[in-house]
Amino acid sequence: MKILTLSNCFFFALTLPLTTITLSAAHAQQPVSGYDYLTPEMQEMQIDDFGNPGMLTVDAGEIRFSTAGKNGKSCASCHGDDGSKLDIKHIASYPVYSTALKKPLTLRGQILLCQDERIGGPSLGHSSAEALQLEAFVRRLALGETVNVDVSGEMAPYYEAGKNLFHTRWGQVDIACHQCHVYHAGRTFRGQTLSQGQSNGFPGYRYTAGKAVSTPERITGCLANLRAEPYASDSVEYINLEVYMNARGNGLKIETPGIRY
Amino acid sequence: MQKTRLFRLPLLFAASLIIPTTYATDASSSGQPYYEWKVENFEIKEPLGGLEGNAVRGKAIAGNQSRGNCLACHLLPIPEEPFFGNLGPPLTGIGSRQSTGMIRLHVVDQSRFNPETVMPGYYRTPAQLNRVAKALKGKTWLNAQEIEDVVAYLTSLK
Ligand code: HEC
Ligand code: HEC
Repeated sequence: MKILTLSNCFFFALTLPLTTITLSAAHAQQPVSGYDYLTPEMQEMQIDDFGNPGMLTVDAGEIRFSTAGKNGKSCASCHGDDGSKLDIKHIASYPVYSTALKKPLTLRGQILLCQDERIGGPSLGHSSAEALQLEAFVRRLALGETVNVDVSGEMAPYYEAGKNLFHTRWGQVDIACHQCHVYHAGRTFRGQTLSQGQSNGFPGYRYTAGKAVSTPERITGCLANLRAEPYASDSVEYINLEVYMNARGNGLKIETPGIRY
Repeated sequence: MQKTRLFRLPLLFAASLIIPTTYATDASSSGQPYYEWKVENFEIKEPLGGLEGNAVRGKAIAGNQSRGNCLACHLLPIPEEPFFGNLGPPLTGIGSRQSTGMIRLHVVDQSRFNPETVMPGYYRTPAQLNRVAKALKGKTWLNAQEIEDVVAYLTSLK
């Protein structure tokens, strides 16, 4: 690299305070929900069950939950009407390590496994509306539960891989996730307040998209903004990112369906 | 504050229409070759491809969400555009603070000043980028003429 001239040093002195302030904020970062960065109007909309448009997706999921599959059973056959037999603490701990699959299993992945193996299909596409509805309904059961992903042991390498992806530069814009969501949370970007990019509100309702989306679809939104090629929703990259992102939000409360930008 | 007023509920959805979630797959580099550029003392002294910029066009590019989108992060004297960000410093008066060559390097590749910058590289070497959207492979965000137009606009902000 070129040796800095005096005038360049002066220039750096001007720009550096900005970077160091945001960097030191990053070191001390406690997880903060996207909710805290919303306008009061959007917050109100989220906590009002009747005004929250994401509830339509949850309601559709509830119907699907007791819809019989090909073998005559429904999710409700095992998990109780309204999912009352599900352990909401466990729901809040996804992705979990599957010893059978020898890899992390997301909540969506678990739902699709049940759909295929326990109620005999029909198979739902990983990014299908039906899968999203079921996931939204099930995660809603754990509303207010503390996100608690265990990334020790076998999960550790997946967490590390996801962390790496979160710190990778993407696309024509050539920026990494953490550069916006760690260094600049709280500042304004395109008229929206940047949050920490936490996943506790998902599946949630994105009003900029006019529909409910899951965590992988939200990541696709950011990758598209970075003018990068997104991944398939069941890709290894998105699963690893979800492991990292959910664990990064350990301690936050589940808000499904959050209202988000 | 202005933001709270703008985001009242009935307007919430209207607002969503003017904040695109994806950028248009543009004609940015169409017909234009990629010109090499050279940095000296934090300046790109020579205009890209020797092209001449036009400040009026530059203003339109800077204000356009699917082109420069500079307003996403910077305050600019474009009052008809209500949505601007504050990730970057205000650019009002930049032309009296910095040389044209330095402004050009900011727009071409801000990471030369700050490796951790969130400012996009509008003319970064395409070969160095990771997983660019298929439709945009090998292209820069703005083409050389557009860079020169934006540079002419910023230089005119005294
Ligand atoms: C250029 C800035 C920028 C970069 C880089 C970026 N995002 Fe975002 N992201 C945003 C904006 C703006 C929003 C909407 C406001 C908000 O919630 O932060 C958002 C929202 C999100 C949300 C929703 C958070 C919530 O509570 O609603 C998630 C999750 C997210 N981003 C993940 C990512 C991931 C993963 C990456 C990298 C692949 C990434 N982001 C890269 C700008 C960015
Ligand atoms: C995603 C955010 C973002 C966008 C979009 C963006 N910038 Fe920036 N810009 C920044 C930040 C942040 C800085 C401050 C220095 C740093 O951290 O790199 C900056 C610095 C600058 C500077 C140097 C200002 C000074 O006082 O030193 C200029 C000039 C500039 N930007 C021009 C532009 C132009 C022109 C566009 C659009 C074509 C643009 N920027 C788009 C974030 C952005």
